[in-house]
Amino acid sequence: MQAIQLQWIDYTILIAYVAFVIGIGWALSRYMKTSADFLTSARSIPTWVTGLAFISANLGALELVGMAASGAKYGISTAHFYWVGAIPAMIFLAVFMMPFYYGSKARSVPEYLKMRFDERVRALNSLAFAVMTIFASGISMNALAKLLNQLLGWNYNVALWVSSGVVLLYVLKGGLTSAIYTEVLQFFMIVLGFAPVVYLGLKDVGGWGAMNSSLQTVAVNPAALNLKEAGITYSTKAWTSAWQPVLAGPAHNPMGVDWFAMIFGLGFVLSFGYWCTNFLVVQRAMAAKNMTAARNTPLVAAVPKMFFPFLVIVPGMIAAALCTMPSKDYRIPPPVVSQANYAKAIETVKAANIYEPAVAAKAVSEALGTKVDAGKITSLVLANAGGKLSDTEIKTGLYNSIAENDYDGVILSLVKKYCPAGLLGLALTALLASFMSGMAGNVTAFNTVFTYDIYQAYFAKGKSDAHYMWMGKVITVVGIMLSIGAAYFASMYNNCMDIIQLVFGFVNAPLFATFLLGMFWKRTTATGAFLGLFCGIGSSALFHALTIAQGNMPGIKGGYLKIVSTFPSEMAQNFWLAAFAFTACFVLTLVISLATSRTKSDADLKGLVYSLTPKIVDSNAPIYQRPAVVGIVLLIACILLNWYFW
Amino acid sequence: MELDIRWPIGLMFTLIGALLGVFGLVKGAESVSLGININLIWGAVLFVFGVLMLLGAIKGGKTPPNA
Repeated sequence: MQAIQLQWIDYTILIAYVAFVIGIGWALSRYMKTSADFLTSARSIPTWVTGLAFISANLGALELVGMAASGAKYGISTAHFYWVGAIPAMIFLAVFMMPFYYGSKARSVPEYLKMRFDERVRALNSLAFAVMTIFASGISMNALAKLLNQLLGWNYNVALWVSSGVVLLYVLKGGLTSAIYTEVLQFFMIVLGFAPVVYLGLKDVGGWGAMNSSLQTVAVNPAALNLKEAGITYSTKAWTSAWQPVLAGPAHNPMGVDWFAMIFGLGFVLSFGYWCTNFLVVQRAMAAKNMTAARNTPLVAAVPKMFFPFLVIVPGMIAAALCTMPSKDYRIPPPVVSQANYAKAIETVKAANIYEPAVAAKAVSEALGTKVDAGKITSLVLANAGGKLSDTEIKTGLYNSIAENDYDGVILSLVKKYCPAGLLGLALTALLASFMSGMAGNVTAFNTVFTYDIYQAYFAKGKSDAHYMWMGKVITVVGIMLSIGAAYFASMYNNCMDIIQLVFGFVNAPLFATFLLGMFWKRTTATGAFLGLFCGIGSSALFHALTIAQGNMPGIKGGYLKIVSTFPSEMAQNFWLAAFAFTACFVLTLVISLATSRTKSDADLKGLVYSLTPKIVDSNAPIYQRPAVVGIVLLIACILLNWYFW
Repeated sequence: MELDIRWPIGLMFTLIGALLGVFGLVKGAESVSLGININLIWGAVLFVFGVLMLLGAIKGGKTPPNA
């Protein structure tokens, strides 16, 4: 595939965007007087701003790229990550949990844990969180720099350093406020940058109805697009119906999951664990100017979140539909093959014996380093018999015969297909904006947790505020440098990255049980919480060591101790792991709490535990500002969406 | 915070919208995708969005609407 050529208009749009985000940092820098201004925005920001920032910080480049990829792989069921895996948790955070985060005056989630439990729980949570944000940011940066390198021909290092440099500039200048303000701008950039691509894609496939009927062909024979192994077939609705294939069982949907794992594992454990406890998103709500604004932040965010599948998942579905239409001349991009390997494969095709097609296919596959469609190689060899084809024609034939997909390339392949100069610049700017919003989210959460929960708590107690402000800035620079380091690490040791992500899964899975018991049961003790969480993490590791997904080899993918249970897919294994770890942490915390005595009195826990905190009276607020009312309306809207795509 | 975020958002999209729209108008042939001049149309959409944001900022004074 040729690299995309950008014109002056594209660069102008990109530069205009960069100038504005840096400008926002500059404009805000004069307000940064205390460490609270810099690290927590001193609780001063209106709801609609924190709400859009809440959603934008979560919408990193990996999400945009990954959701389009899943849209192609799994169809509309991917929307469960939004409708089941986000909206209910966001509403729960707003209505039930925000009063404790905001009301306790904690500056971070780990600090809340210290107030509720003790230093041990805070230390465990803050260290795990700090390490995780750095790696999360690094993984995302590596993915983006690679994509820009492959598709635009930009230098990997330049892409990495320049985009990180921009984030560093505006975060260092304007702190969290600057990150939040630019996230709002980035939110609109992402939506308005990708909307025309979705529109053009839908127009090209002939509209929503035509896309769905093409996807029925995909569902019946997914192997035709190399989406699944040959011989696997689903009902016609597998890509276009969100619930029916899931309810029919793991063998009937491309995700290979059952409804229980989907609802309990994803919808409850993973989703509540992320949205209700991850400081990256919770921090945005904590920056709001008052309690009502803080509680309404996740609700404002839930509105766009509910409709994001149309922006990020539908492109993947369009891509899969396009593949079934020969006249559109489109395929999901194959893995990137080097020019040298293409050259080798071209020679192999030229030298191939037309009477031994199997041998030719094997040789070509070895030259390219990917799986190939033997039938297509045979026709290519036949078409070339006697040297009739040019090298470029053979190369195109080879490109089309690669029987593997690089799903991460889906979104950019559509951008490339539909965007003329100008719109192309806008779409790429949107991609960069998503990358920057995700990175700034990680960095601003990291600097706050590091400065307050690690540095101030364990290394330098009782210093002046100016000192912590200075430290916050130093840590911002250090955080970005570490992320860049993590990105290089990710680019070199892909396998290590898999292990690191696996470990994060172990750490995160049980976390919500600790919060749930801590916030809603005053009897939960610090020792119960600490040991419960610790053993919960251990139990996820153990679960992973004893189970495996179909088709995987024992090892990093699980089952290395002994295979007790086999799941139909990795996704099902993950969902069940989460469900198991949550239950283990919940039961252990409960039992250990009952066996140990409380160290905090009812008075200590006022404002930290549900039953000991005066209920917030919303009845004097206008009806549209009452979190419970708005939450119910949003929940109904979400149910309607699920019902519509049933 | 003194800065109303609608100012930079409004200014940026007005500017980018105008750029894209004018590019679509002048270089019509290079702006077509699936038979429509998408740069012109989308430039206009961005421009209108930007102007609406600016109007909101002017009307709202210094403090954005709060909840």
